[in-house]
Amino acid sequence: MSIFINKDSKVIVQGMTGSEGMKHTTRMLASGTQIVGGVNPRKAGTSVEIEGATIPVYGSVADAMAETGADVTVLFVPPAFTKAAVIEAVDAGIGLAVIITEGVPVADTAEFYAYAQSKGVRLIGPNCPGLITPGQSNVGITPANITGPGRIGLVSKSGTLTYQMMFELRDIGFSTAVGIGGDPVIGTTHIDCLEAFENDPETAAIVMIGEIGGDAEERAAAYIKQHVTKPVVGYVAGFEAPEGKTMGHAGAIVSGSAGTAQAKKEALEAAGVKVGKTPTETAELMRQLLS
Amino acid sequence: MDLYEYQARDMFEKHGVPVLPGIVAETPAEAKAAAETLGGGTVVVKAQVKTGGRGKAGGVKLAHSPEEAEAAAQAILGMDIKGHTVHRVMIAAGAKIAEEYYFSVLLDRAERRYLAMCSVEGGVEIEQLAVERPEALARVAVDPLTGIDAAKAKEIVDAANFPEDLKGPVADVIVKLWGVYANEDATLVEVNPLVRTEDGQIIALDGKVTLDENAGFRHEDHEALEDKAAADPLEAKAKALDLNYVKLDGSVGIIGNGAGLVMSTLDVVAYAGEAHGGVKPANFLDIGGGASASVMANGLDVILNDPQVKSVFVNVFGGITSCIEVANGIVGALEQLGDEATKPLVVRLDGNSVDEGREILAAANHPLVTIVETMDGAAAKAAELANA
Repeated sequence: MSIFINKDSKVIVQGMTGSEGMKHTTRMLASGTQIVGGVNPRKAGTSVEIEGATIPVYGSVADAMAETGADVTVLFVPPAFTKAAVIEAVDAGIGLAVIITEGVPVADTAEFYAYAQSKGVRLIGPNCPGLITPGQSNVGITPANITGPGRIGLVSKSGTLTYQMMFELRDIGFSTAVGIGGDPVIGTTHIDCLEAFENDPETAAIVMIGEIGGDAEERAAAYIKQHVTKPVVGYVAGFEAPEGKTMGHAGAIVSGSAGTAQAKKEALEAAGVKVGKTPTETAELMRQLLS
Repeated sequence: MDLYEYQARDMFEKHGVPVLPGIVAETPAEAKAAAETLGGGTVVVKAQVKTGGRGKAGGVKLAHSPEEAEAAAQAILGMDIKGHTVHRVMIAAGAKIAEEYYFSVLLDRAERRYLAMCSVEGGVEIEQLAVERPEALARVAVDPLTGIDAAKAKEIVDAANFPEDLKGPVADVIVKLWGVYANEDATLVEVNPLVRTEDGQIIALDGKVTLDENAGFRHEDHEALEDKAAADPLEAKAKALDLNYVKLDGSVGIIGNGAGLVMSTLDVVAYAGEAHGGVKPANFLDIGGGASASVMANGLDVILNDPQVKSVFVNVFGGITSCIEVANGIVGALEQLGDEATKPLVVRLDGNSVDEGREILAAANHPLVTIVETMDGAAAKAAELANA
């Protein structure tokens, strides 16, 4: 088992024929993902050859789903067109849309998130690396060769910190690692992933990586205290980030006292989560828990 | 991006929000001329800084004549308010205020929608009001799919307990303020105070607007609102080179890939620095994915030009980025910089093509470069070198 995606996930790529889309479709295929089609209204009916595989291109998400039975879409669509692409996927009735695009206006995200909620569609991202169930399916841009399948579930706002943690714990391996993205509004939260990992029999323990800004980690801490029985270790980045400065992730901005790394660390520790001071120390805490 | 009050005023005016006439001035003479343009009567001279509490700091003065406005501007320009130097003042027409209210609409991250806040008790520290008398501050959720229409505006003024005769006029202004929020891609529009004048008008007397920089592609006019002169010179240089850089106060220069990993690197360096005289990171610099030799060279150039930097920590986890590219980037950058490069570099590489990357660095055998295999170990080494 795993969360959100597995070997049976049939994935289409919106924006596949662009340069980023082609690059990452190639990588997703190489890591075993069932890529069943791409979407581009101007190239409907054509196909793309990628490393021996022929990937058909459809004119719409609805067409692609009807022809292939796809249940997941991943978006490499420029920011200006992301809202329309997500709404198209939601209208077509897709189960999960993973939005890799960085730089989406937050008003667009708020709007398509509200719309997806009303139709019961799960969104991951935007501005995220996507998610990977090692050995089964990789939807997004996570390098698949860092780690293998295993017992740890991981949820993180940050891409490279996810990779770092997967690398540190490659000897144990991961059930699913989800990069939920660093934007102020995201579709799937820490709590959503914690709930899914708690219910996933293959996940024995959870690593949660947070960073400054917002109160998602504090909310997650409250959720862990009430609902999560599996062991959780945590890491929070941004202790040295000054107030009022944006550090790359639009969400990683602190205003006033709320949202500081210290407040998040304390909230997690109060919920019984062991929090490491560095990624390596955090990995070590996990290793001790599972030994 | 936060706007100055005068920029917010102009934006309000553009969207039909009632505001008082206001003219920005950069010298006392301009202030005097502005006061004359406004009719020569009573004006308010207001410091333009992106921080609160300027009234208490003496940054807002009443002037009854153009000469007084000139003197007030003389006093305010150059003033330091919470670390912000005043370069501009706004000369605003005076108003006879009967009552002060509060209104804001902002992004509610946790609920993933918008939140409108409104109170009949304005002009005060709103954070204080929210804590001390939360019942006096109405909070109304706003659905991103419908925004603030007339019905939602009525809900807001009802919740804030405006007197019946004011509900209509205030709701009209709220709908227009939503127009600013939605049409300009703001993440915050705040009016404090929103006032009723003695002759019964509802006016936005002071406004705060934060714009979403991600939406810049559909607002060509927003770039001109940016205050490039106020930025730190190193930050300005980095921005011109398209680098994601933030200047900090410490002595260990930081370069890494990915915002989360770089933020973590700052923390790990500060943690390691506790054992080395309390050294701290000198900056945040994210070179992003696919770091080429030129990006690395640009990054090193910015960091080595920071006189506070004593050592540099390059921390890269090769996901998609290949460590070969990163290593070539470092070697190429040091070649380009030649004798200008004088500060020690600690390099930690992991992930994609790490062995080849480390070999390239080892083969170059540059005297300034130290390779350390772990992130924590490299942070300790960089901290030690900065404290040497």
